Amino acid sequence: MTLDEVKRHIEKHLPGVALKPVRESLLVENPLDLPRVVEFLKADGVLQLNYLSSVTGVDYLTFLECVYHLYSMENKTYSLQLRVRVDRENPHVPSLVPIFRGAEFQEREAYDMYGFQFDGHPDLRRILMWDGYVGYPMRKDYKQEDSEVLDRDDIEWLQKHGVSVAEEHIKMAESLQTGGESEQPESEQTEG
Amino acid sequence: MFEKMRVKTKVIDSGKSGLDTQTLEVNVGPQHPSTHGVFRMTIVLDGEVVKSLRPVMGYLHRNHEQIAENITYSASMPYTDRLDYFNSMSNNQAWAMTVEQLAEVEIPDRAEYIRVIMSELTRLVNHVSVIGFLLNDMGAFFTPTLFAFREREKVLDVFEAVSGSRMMCNYLRFGGVNRDLTDDQLGQIKKIVADFPAFLDEFETLLAQNEIVCMRCQNVGVLPAELAINASITGPMLRASGVNYDIRKVDQYSVYDRFEFKIPLGEKGDVYDRYYVRMLEMRESLKILNQALEQIEPGPFMAPKVPACLKNPRNFKPPVGEAYGRVEAPKGELGFYVVSDGSKEPWRYHVRAPSFINLTVLEAMCIGYKLADAIVILGSIDIVLGEVDR
Repeated sequence: MTLDEVKRHIEKHLPGVALKPVRESLLVENPLDLPRVVEFLKADGVLQLNYLSSVTGVDYLTFLECVYHLYSMENKTYSLQLRVRVDRENPHVPSLVPIFRGAEFQEREAYDMYGFQFDGHPDLRRILMWDGYVGYPMRKDYKQEDSEVLDRDDIEWLQKHGVSVAEEHIKMAESLQTGGESEQPESEQTEG
Repeated sequence: MFEKMRVKTKVIDSGKSGLDTQTLEVNVGPQHPSTHGVFRMTIVLDGEVVKSLRPVMGYLHRNHEQIAENITYSASMPYTDRLDYFNSMSNNQAWAMTVEQLAEVEIPDRAEYIRVIMSELTRLVNHVSVIGFLLNDMGAFFTPTLFAFREREKVLDVFEAVSGSRMMCNYLRFGGVNRDLTDDQLGQIKKIVADFPAFLDEFETLLAQNEIVCMRCQNVGVLPAELAINASITGPMLRASGVNYDIRKVDQYSVYDRFEFKIPLGEKGDVYDRYYVRMLEMRESLKILNQALEQIEPGPFMAPKVPACLKNPRNFKPPVGEAYGRVEAPKGELGFYVVSDGSKEPWRYHVRAPSFINLTVLEAMCIGYKLADAIVILGSIDIVLGEVDR
């Protein structure tokens, strides 16, 4: 079955689902349709895509994309790549954990690295970074912290232990924002 | 005889006796030899029985994916060695295959054969070590492991001869391999392959019927086939549950379609099956190696007509697009997802790590068993933290 045939096959059985071919894969235009599509593909007698191999995210600057690779353990010839696109500010994607348990850790990783909010995930916590970490390190606008610069916690700790910290370090720490949320323009720092 | 040996224990049921039992939370790891690295399990115990288990990982996290997105494609090759540091050759193969798919590079036959030989040798190394460590977890402290390591050492000598490094091989290149195999090295491999069955027979005589191994492994940590498929489990763990899925057969990548070999399957999906499937897989790997060593012919080991984008590896710019390459690594499906924007660095680089995803079912397998069984079950999953944490 070619990609076009798969597309028509899905659209025939699931009216109202809009799909768009993007580079050898199908884009599910409305992310909310994703569980329906995946459930259909899993149960479908011809495709039987019952093995979710990989779940991951990609940052395309203007939007975030979630990519799913589906294979079949029964019918070994078919595979399909699905993707959904969501807004960077509000990246809500329905979770696939109720359908595939294999998505559990991978969705947690995508949340950890990109900040996807997987609605319906039973235990959406950070998995590789530590609890309490702020920001999403795989986003393209993430700025790595400068080891030369003291951050707020360092200064607090030093002051608590009776070490005086120079005014410029405090100023720099205030201008410093952590993680992927930082939109710190370079020029501002040099001016300050 | 077995029945006679069993000590009759009196089971105290707290419900009947009216005794209050309390649950206890225990952290196993991250600094504990039984967790195979810096991995932690938060286990809630009722007496000795596991009530819930939460895997905690990330202690070895270095954001491998972000590092790879900031360096060139060929510079990622040595980094892939550090993912699953037991099997650098198959990691290299997965990465090379993905990029070759992206840039549409044809690989000469000899290079494909060398890759197959190397990845099957890697499988031998991995499986003997896993079985050795599994016995470690059961309390046979380091004797079986060192027994296995003696064989592993011979293979590592070959790796050192061909690539210059025992574990961090960095041997494959886009379009082929780094160096050709000499006749001496081929002879060395042939000798290993010829000697290996004797070692396997010996290992099996010691273990397969061993009472302690049987009692600790059989009917412990059972993983039903439906759950295994649903939880995206791959590799020997999936096949131990009786699901016939091996990417070497399914995708027939490289030159695997030219060899005759079988896929060993388990019946129950317990720890014993996982151990025994690995044992049988090694015998199939030896079959593949024998055929590959017979069929390999002299020829170029690098693609003679490389595309323009590959002429200078440091300035390698694949065309815009994306690729998902996967291989049957010894631990399961190792996949690389790469998106290229036409520049020197990949726009997106993702590793689908088999042992990371295989951990999904750890809790499901451990609940109801004793704490000591949880250690054995974890050992049978075969994790390497370099790959789990990336």
